[in-house]
Amino acid sequence: MLHDIWFLLIAVLWIGYFVLEGFDFGLGMLLPFLGRNDGERRALINAIGPVWDGNEVWVLVAGGATFAAFPNWYATLFSGFYMALFLIVVALILRGVAFEYRSKRDSARWRLGWDWAIFIGSAVPALLWGVAFANIVGGVPIDAHKEFTGNLLTLLNPYGLLGGVVTLTLFMTHGAAYIALKTEGELRARANRLLVSIGLVAALAAVVFLGWTQLSSVVADSAVVSVVAAVALLGALAANRLGREGWAFIATAATIALAVTALFMHLYPNVMPSSTNPAFSLTVNNAASTDYTLAIMTVVAVIFMPLVLLYQGWTYWIFRKRVSADRVPDVAAPAAPAGPAAPPAAN
Amino acid sequence: MDALDLARWQFGITTVYHFLFVPLTISLVFIVAGFQTAWYRTGNDKYLKLTHFYGELFLINFAIGVATGIVQEFQFGMNWSDYSRFVGDIFGAPLAIEGLLAFFLESTFLGIWIFGWDKLPKRVHLAAIWIVAIGTLLSAYFILAANAWMQQPVGSIVNTAAGRAELKDFGAVLTNPTVLLGFPHVIAGAFMTGGAFVLGVAVWRLLRRAGADDAPFRTAARVGATALLVGGLFVLVTGDQLGQHIATDQPMKLAAAENLRTTETSAPFSLFTLWDLSGKEIVSIQIPDMLSILATHDPNGQVQGIDNLQAQFQAQYGPGDYSPIVPVTFWSFRFMIGAGSLAALAALWFLWRMRKGRVPGRGAVAIAVVLPLLPLAANSFAWIFTEMGRQPWIVYGQQLTSAGVSPSVSSLEVAVTLVGFTLLYGGLAVVEVGLLLKRIRGPLAAEGALADSAQTSTPFSY
Repeated sequence: MLHDIWFLLIAVLWIGYFVLEGFDFGLGMLLPFLGRNDGERRALINAIGPVWDGNEVWVLVAGGATFAAFPNWYATLFSGFYMALFLIVVALILRGVAFEYRSKRDSARWRLGWDWAIFIGSAVPALLWGVAFANIVGGVPIDAHKEFTGNLLTLLNPYGLLGGVVTLTLFMTHGAAYIALKTEGELRARANRLLVSIGLVAALAAVVFLGWTQLSSVVADSAVVSVVAAVALLGALAANRLGREGWAFIATAATIALAVTALFMHLYPNVMPSSTNPAFSLTVNNAASTDYTLAIMTVVAVIFMPLVLLYQGWTYWIFRKRVSADRVPDVAAPAAPAGPAAPPAAN
Repeated sequence: MDALDLARWQFGITTVYHFLFVPLTISLVFIVAGFQTAWYRTGNDKYLKLTHFYGELFLINFAIGVATGIVQEFQFGMNWSDYSRFVGDIFGAPLAIEGLLAFFLESTFLGIWIFGWDKLPKRVHLAAIWIVAIGTLLSAYFILAANAWMQQPVGSIVNTAAGRAELKDFGAVLTNPTVLLGFPHVIAGAFMTGGAFVLGVAVWRLLRRAGADDAPFRTAARVGATALLVGGLFVLVTGDQLGQHIATDQPMKLAAAENLRTTETSAPFSLFTLWDLSGKEIVSIQIPDMLSILATHDPNGQVQGIDNLQAQFQAQYGPGDYSPIVPVTFWSFRFMIGAGSLAALAALWFLWRMRKGRVPGRGAVAIAVVLPLLPLAANSFAWIFTEMGRQPWIVYGQQLTSAGVSPSVSSLEVAVTLVGFTLLYGGLAVVEVGLLLKRIRGPLAAEGALADSAQTSTPFSY
């Protein structure tokens, strides 16, 4: 019973992570292409400035919760997907530092370097999380001692790679929807246009991937959720067409949430199926902590999860206004006469 | 080197590196929140300028602290999967709770603080930075509780059939004597670190950029010196308590701190000792009875020796070497105390030299530059001492470090990530120090920025 609650909570944490960090990964990937000058790029980065770090915490909590609730899942997954996680961590480090450091020097080369750090730091995890999840759901070689027996190339199978393409394109679409919602003028118009083309690619990839998942073993509920996810994505494109940017963003968020839900429904009651022998699979039972630990964690989660949602929601409310390239405070030029306070170190 | 050694080096390098940023973050956020509170209360622009100046230095430091923290959480599973399986039932909970209670709080409210200058009432904006400050303390507490359990595994039993340790009393884990003593020790050390940083920067500015900004930097110097000194005092008191606790709870660690081979009463403490390769003392400067006083507060107290403990552990756990690498524990213990004491003395000296508006001589620039490095070194040596002193155990008395490493990860893989992280961290250190120095040399606050009413500005936006 408690195992199941924690399976559900970990699914919720990953959904939260992909929905929230999904759009700032998407924005990071689109940054060098949508932002054509420094002002536009700074407007884009400032559009996620107040929230990206809070979004990233979701993955840390998901990781910590997996460690606490399913130590064997955490151990097998993290030691097994070793190189993929190394690349993800390096990317996240680069990206986090890039946001903070980009505007600290007034040099085109410095800023361009960090722009590409943001791009790579967003694209690598966007791709590899999809690869990782596809492999978790699809199954990987795991022996009788719960040890992963493959390597990085084991993960790069067609199904895994397709999973990566889905998250990559889906996050780009989600990012475009966010940019359309949060910026003005040219940036907004470009994001609106881009959303259609990327959205169609994402829809195609997602339909093939979710269909493939169902083909391997049909799970009726998860199939229904997959179809709803696909419909939501088409709904996002339609809403965007109609100029309803808020609805378009909600729809891309729903697509991601539903797609991840479908995967977790498909996974249950396994947490990491073994492709070597189904008897070696990690399940919610054989991977879990004791009921005592799970009970304590449940109490903590029940109290604090709603609180977190509340204050993170409040953040989005505080920073609800659109960001414009013309109105971004010019951190690079403290000499600007009418400019609002620039940080003294800006150049 | 095999995967075990490489994984240990990786943990050492990434953790010591991460902990260069953590204590600075913890203390700077309090100091910056203090400046902002002073501005809120008095309306004096001096405090707003200091908030901006040290706030930006804080943010430059925070960025790497957060980024490198991800590695900390992931590497338990990546390099230490058998450890993770063994301890997950206990060790995972504080980690997850840290994320849920502290990380969310810190990151969300820091975002609000950075970008909310012109969007929130002054009072709410001020509250945001205080919430971040509380978040850092919560964060430290849960991580230290997790570490304390590795040092002193309380509130749990070992279930040999399941091959893991199991939680029996979470309250006992959170009130582990090791964390009750270790937490104030670490936080006091953090305040020494931030105090030394604020003081060092302020003195440098007073001597190298004397002029219009002298008044705010004199204030900063006083605040920094006070934090360093008060922190030092608490470090001393809590360190003394910890020493006594270790004497009973981890006697091998204390014995290895002194290289005390045989159990003695009235044991001396050596300030400096050289041994030849056979382990015979060449020179030694000792304080009589001091080790006994440290361990028991009694000059005649008994302190257990390495050889006696080794025999006792072999009887208890079977054949094996149960002593840590003594030169590492011996010297890290001394460097910790030495670097910390020097920093506290420097604070005293600066307070004296700068009393009633006096300015220290130009020679003080060198001290100001070296000063911030001293607590950083003391923190690093302290962790090296406490972690290396626990060896060969990863969980004291329950799991050997050699039994915790990931069986499915090859030494090549660990080597690649070790080199990767080391290069990345090295590069980031260069960038960070460059930015800190640039900011320290820059203007205290931009002209007109403050006259414009700070509440309509976003001084830290990207």
